[in-house]
Amino acid sequence: SSSAHLPPPLFPGLQLRSQFVQDFFHVHIFVSVQPQPASLPAENISTNSNGPKQDLLFDDDPEDLFAEATEEVSLDSPERDVLLSDGPSPAITPITPPTSVITPRIGHSHDDMFTHSSFDEIEEEEGGDSFDIHISVSDPEKVGECTASHHYKQSLGNIPDVEFSVKRRFSDFLGLHSKLASKYLHIGYIVPPAPEKSIVGMTKVKVGKEDQSSNEFVEKRRSALERYLMRTVKHPILLKDPDVLQFLESSELPRAVSTQALSSAGLLRMVNKAADAVNKMTIKMNESDAVSEGWREGGKERESLRDAREDSGELCMQLSVNTAQFAKSAAMLGNSEDHTALSRALSQLAEVEEKIDQLHQDQANADFYLFSELLGDYVRLLTAVKGVFDHRMKTWQKWQDSQMLLQKKREAEAKLQFTNKPDKLQQAKDEIKELEGKVQQGERDFEQISKTIRKEVSRFEKERVRDFKTIIIKYLESLVQTQQQLIKYWEAFLPEAKAIS
Amino acid sequence: YMKSNLDFRIQFLQELRSVSVDLNNDASLLIDIPDALCERDKVKFTVHTKTTLSSFQKPEFSVPRQHEDFIWLHDTLVETEDYAGLIIPPAPPKPDFDSPREKMHKLGEGEATMTKEEYTKMKQELEAEYLAVFKKTVQVHEIFLQRLSSHPILSKDRNFQIFLEYDQDLSVRRKNAKEMFGGFFKNMVKSADEVLISGVKEVDDFFEQEKTFLLDYYSKIKDSTAKAEKMTRAHKNIADDYIHISATLNSLAADDTTANKKWVQCMKYFFITNKLEGRVASDQDLKLTELLRYYMRDIQAAKDLLYRRARALADYENSNKALDKARLKSKDIPQAEDNQRQCLQKFDKLSESGKKELTSFKGRRVVAFRKNFIEMAELEIKHAKNSVTLLQSCIELLKSN
Repeated sequence: SSSAHLPPPLFPGLQLRSQFVQDFFHVHIFVSVQPQPASLPAENISTNSNGPKQDLLFDDDPEDLFAEATEEVSLDSPERDVLLSDGPSPAITPITPPTSVITPRIGHSHDDMFTHSSFDEIEEEEGGDSFDIHISVSDPEKVGECTASHHYKQSLGNIPDVEFSVKRRFSDFLGLHSKLASKYLHIGYIVPPAPEKSIVGMTKVKVGKEDQSSNEFVEKRRSALERYLMRTVKHPILLKDPDVLQFLESSELPRAVSTQALSSAGLLRMVNKAADAVNKMTIKMNESDAVSEGWREGGKERESLRDAREDSGELCMQLSVNTAQFAKSAAMLGNSEDHTALSRALSQLAEVEEKIDQLHQDQANADFYLFSELLGDYVRLLTAVKGVFDHRMKTWQKWQDSQMLLQKKREAEAKLQFTNKPDKLQQAKDEIKELEGKVQQGERDFEQISKTIRKEVSRFEKERVRDFKTIIIKYLESLVQTQQQLIKYWEAFLPEAKAIS
Repeated sequence: YMKSNLDFRIQFLQELRSVSVDLNNDASLLIDIPDALCERDKVKFTVHTKTTLSSFQKPEFSVPRQHEDFIWLHDTLVETEDYAGLIIPPAPPKPDFDSPREKMHKLGEGEATMTKEEYTKMKQELEAEYLAVFKKTVQVHEIFLQRLSSHPILSKDRNFQIFLEYDQDLSVRRKNAKEMFGGFFKNMVKSADEVLISGVKEVDDFFEQEKTFLLDYYSKIKDSTAKAEKMTRAHKNIADDYIHISATLNSLAADDTTANKKWVQCMKYFFITNKLEGRVASDQDLKLTELLRYYMRDIQAAKDLLYRRARALADYENSNKALDKARLKSKDIPQAEDNQRQCLQKFDKLSESGKKELTSFKGRRVVAFRKNFIEMAELEIKHAKNSVTLLQSCIELLKSN
């Protein structure tokens, strides 16, 4: 069982709702395929052995898409059998055959999109892509049958939209992330971070009624998963990944063996530690790289923000308790008051304060959750970025090591020149030739990963800001609602106050 | 900065005045505190008087007064036998700078570990808090004087006039007064035994009702005041907390890195309504908590009146008994009769004036509650509307970008 690998829960007093790990979420996928220009990237890709399912998505032959709803499409392909069953993302070093471009590590080295095109080429191809994929995740249900329901519906135009849904466990999402991380981080792609197993911000200080919390928990998890999947499919490279496709389409997924999940606190610590480490390494590299600067600073502030926000929860609870007490006291005072109108006004005031208290409780919960989400998101983002930088470091190191080794070999060769050992000299020359190749490759790899990272980071930042904006707007709108409700309460009270005479 | 004192001089705006109403309407004697100076946490009030009364030497004048001077005035009024039948306006409480002083201390200690941004923000908030305490204490001292000036009998008090007019330091006079009275009566009143008030057999329905009502009301309003204080303080703590978070965010943003900046900008939206929350908290404090607090003290003053009357009644009853005894013994009858007559007179006087006072007190209380409730509701509505405007413009901005 995977639980042995998990860190202790962040809030021990809180039930961790482990049953939700087993619940199935419905994942609905909507793909609308637009008529495409001449150079169809999908066709290029489908020539690779990514399995028949790929064809279903991108093949514009309408007849196939009218298959029976219950017909099971064979999703098995040799590539898919390979799973990363060896625990949490191991330290990865790319297996680089001397002459090939970097390939993602999937048990086999085989033909896929990377062997025939560089990242640049793919980017250009993506310019031609015109399909829209949208994912929604709906509420989970208890453990039950896992049958995918594929149904295809015809829409206007030649190429119909595709809509289907599958059931996935929470651990499946984590498993997907684990696979993607091990495949792509080391070549510089920022893999979207997965939602956490123990959701931070599942308030330590819970203000309000108990029964709300389980619904909220589910909702929070659901929306986190939805965001995660959307980010993944929006990534032009990841969308084409076989594991992603399998996740989206397969009727049944083998259980992910282990899923790594850290609490936000753990992540934060990790990020801050890593920031220092990378800081040192970057200096050693003697390269001023604005990209890696982005997230090194601010560790102390981030932590104090998190602490501050937890304190805020306490303060909100305190206000709530005090307001409720005051409301009761005001009601009693109203009872005591012998002036009728004033007595009524006091009772009204008590009621208003009670209502406001409830309003504040609800708002405080939303506040706390959203803020923690955002903070958690940010931390996870940094982790993902850190991951790719780590790999860049390793690539650089490898290159440097090769260079040093080459240097040594050259010195050795020079010495050998003066000895009369033609065999050894030849051997040395051969080795040097090989090493020169390695050094060149190392340099290319390093430049490639650096280039990839730069692109990734800028794309990633844009997306992140867009994401955050959506969350913020939603939050602000909820604040507006609260304030408007407040206005209603006080406007109802005002005539009562004026009626006192 | 932290080593020196927080000295400042404040000019006041009309809006923050009067928990009570209609106190400064009689043009014959107008009093206000336009100005005050805070020095080492000791407050010097400038008491300004404008009068048409000939009993004063000048038509307009100002004097500096300390809190202790107000207390002296209050105590002499309480100790004046003639005023036993009046509700003596409650003494203003001592200026309490404990909370901001503690904050200043914390700020000084934490200066080394804070960023410049955070420090500046907290200093600003600290000054705002000092100012708030300051304004409250000025208000409450001013009301005390205005209650006196609007009272037909108390406004003519000699010591009151001295307080207003005497242009030298009152502290010398204060010491003498203390020696004279020794706080005897005050202590008696302070240890007003409610048992005595409720134990004495009441002859008058009006007072019977008032007694029951005031005793009950007092305990309720005392409780409400305490709870309102806690609520206001909790509200204020949250507003302060936001400041700390904002400052942290600002430090984060001050970093010259894009990733941080963008994220921080987003986070800041969480705290956009902070300032308004702070204002809501302090308005609530002023209109609700201060109102309750003031009337709690005023009711205590009314209870004191009841106590004095109850004492007078007890004295009268005792004098009756003494008269009967004298008549039985046929000894000292004239003195006993005299004593009884005086006691009755005193009791009647207290009852008559007491009735007037308590009736007008009720009216005053109702009017004050009405005014403050209306103002509180209007302020809350105003702040909420401002919040909505601010939030909506933020949403617009975000959506358009």
